Amino acid sequence: MADAAQSKPMDAHIHESGTRRDFLQIAATVVGGIGAAIAVWPLIDSMNAAKDTLAAGAPLDIDLSHLQPGQQIVVLWRSRPIFIVNRTPAELKTLQESQVTGLLRDSQSEANQQPDYAKNWHRSIKPEFAVLVGICTHLGCIPEFKPAPGGDLGAAWPGGYFCPCHGSRYDLAGRVFAGVPAPYNLPVPPYNFISDSVIRIGENPAGSAFNLNSIEQL
Amino acid sequence: MTGPGTQSQSKLVRWIDYRLPIFTFMRHELNEYPTPRNLNYWWNFGSLAGIMLVIMMVTGIFLAMQYTPNVSDAFDSVERIMRDVNFGWLLRYLHMNGASFFFIVVYVHLFRGLYYGSYKEPRELLWMLGVIILLLMMATAFMGYVLPWGQMSFWAATVITNLFSALPVVGPKVVGWLWGGFAVGNPTLNRFYSLHYLLPFLIVGVVGLHLIALHQHGSNNPLGIDRKGPQDSIPFHPYYTVKDMFGLGVFLIAYAVVVFYFPNLLGDTQNYVPANPLQTPPEIVPEWYFLPYYAILRSVPDILFIPAKLAGVLCLFGAIGVLFFLPWLDTSRVRSARFRPVFKWVFWLLVIDVVALGVCGAHRPEGLYIIVGRLATLYYFIHFIVLFPVIGWLERPLPLPTSISAAVTKTSSGPLAAASSVEKR
Repeated sequence: MADAAQSKPMDAHIHESGTRRDFLQIAATVVGGIGAAIAVWPLIDSMNAAKDTLAAGAPLDIDLSHLQPGQQIVVLWRSRPIFIVNRTPAELKTLQESQVTGLLRDSQSEANQQPDYAKNWHRSIKPEFAVLVGICTHLGCIPEFKPAPGGDLGAAWPGGYFCPCHGSRYDLAGRVFAGVPAPYNLPVPPYNFISDSVIRIGENPAGSAFNLNSIEQL
Repeated sequence: MTGPGTQSQSKLVRWIDYRLPIFTFMRHELNEYPTPRNLNYWWNFGSLAGIMLVIMMVTGIFLAMQYTPNVSDAFDSVERIMRDVNFGWLLRYLHMNGASFFFIVVYVHLFRGLYYGSYKEPRELLWMLGVIILLLMMATAFMGYVLPWGQMSFWAATVITNLFSALPVVGPKVVGWLWGGFAVGNPTLNRFYSLHYLLPFLIVGVVGLHLIALHQHGSNNPLGIDRKGPQDSIPFHPYYTVKDMFGLGVFLIAYAVVVFYFPNLLGDTQNYVPANPLQTPPEIVPEWYFLPYYAILRSVPDILFIPAKLAGVLCLFGAIGVLFFLPWLDTSRVRSARFRPVFKWVFWLLVIDVVALGVCGAHRPEGLYIIVGRLATLYYFIHFIVLFPVIGWLERPLPLPTSISAAVTKTSSGPLAAASSVEKR
């Protein structure tokens, strides 16, 4: 503006800065710009999950009375596979053996991948029932249930989950082994027991405010 | 030559041209547009890319008339196109393999620009617009691959959208926004379809800018020296239209051979299995044209305080992003590698490097593949960030020819030959 005023002294009264015209120009640009920016928000927000999609993610009740020791069932909650395993006493014993926990990246569940009520050696409310989000923390594949020790996963394999995509391994509590691409343990979703054998996935026990979206890595 | 109107005999043409100078424009950009007389066949690939864009858009629009973007119907609608729709198989195979051929053409075009220094002054913006086109093409191709809703569609979408979860703080929010739900699902498929339809039109827009920038200074040429006068150039039409048509014929034969005889050669058989969110395929591999980037994504280990996953994502985008800076990273003022004795060979190292990355991207990151993948990723960045400026400083280029015409009319005495070629014209 100042340059223009110098090069064209004839128009100085028009191009002088700080005039009423400048103010109107700037004000109109700013208001219009902010308005346009705000108008974009409905477009962006329309791409977020819709109300019915969110409603379909309401808590889910599962009756576990038919789940035999050693069995796993997979249920879908919020489009995510949830692994529910009834672990045998032998499998629970393996979870505590030091030659197994020594191979894990985060055997004490230090990383925020579970609610506080599952931050224990069995990563669950009741020791026998594991409830895990069955999505590999590496790149989102679904790990395979390989509960039998040994076999084609090597003699040292204690039983757990094997991800077919990039070879990540987890034990039967969803704890990740060291030296595999996955950085974190499998997440534990919020859940509670509404009766002795029925669990409700998606709802914390009274007194807990755990939010699955707050964890390190889903 | 510069005046208004046209030389056409037709009164109607002159009437229109006076009001809408479309004929003047075409004459100016085709007949009068001076093109270096020494362009080789590597210069065919720009127009081939334009033709591929048209083929993709035309086949795509007709496929869209038959396709259903819903998770429960998408896979079957593609199978219906293949089995029941008249010539549906042809449209789909042209479109599916067209993506591959589009990338072949664009990659050759890009490497041609690298070899002959087409990104250098005054063509920096021309080059950068090209990189933008490449990015748009990659996004379009990725979203198009999701539409058939096969196993690889679904899992590629899952893996690639999950990349954004590596972003600090906003990662999970961004991923949820991309999905429009709790995972890749129907909302994701719908928006990918919408964007897959939109992006090609954006590409057309950027191609328009690319051509405006091209015609401002004209094509570079294998010698990398500027045109100095009319003796150095020939009109684009008919000389290069004919040459482009010949190249197109050869190219279309190759395209047709794949479409008609090996239509699934470049595809993944897993994508003929309907998407199943509860069953990961044994190996998630992208289409071949993304393999080098995929290798970069998977090879990168933890870098200082940056976790491997985020570092991989940053390097993936950096691999394309670095191309924007080439005009300033290359410190040599000589364009063509013909006159750059060191650069000439280093160029081929890059080609080998990218092929090696492609091979690594096709295999699990284990054993030798992870070592080669890491070294090749490292070299990729060293090539552009270190070797480009350093070679420019240290290298002693060969003497440049005095002019294009002097170099192409290889008679004993350069200046005389140039003069005689002027007489011929």
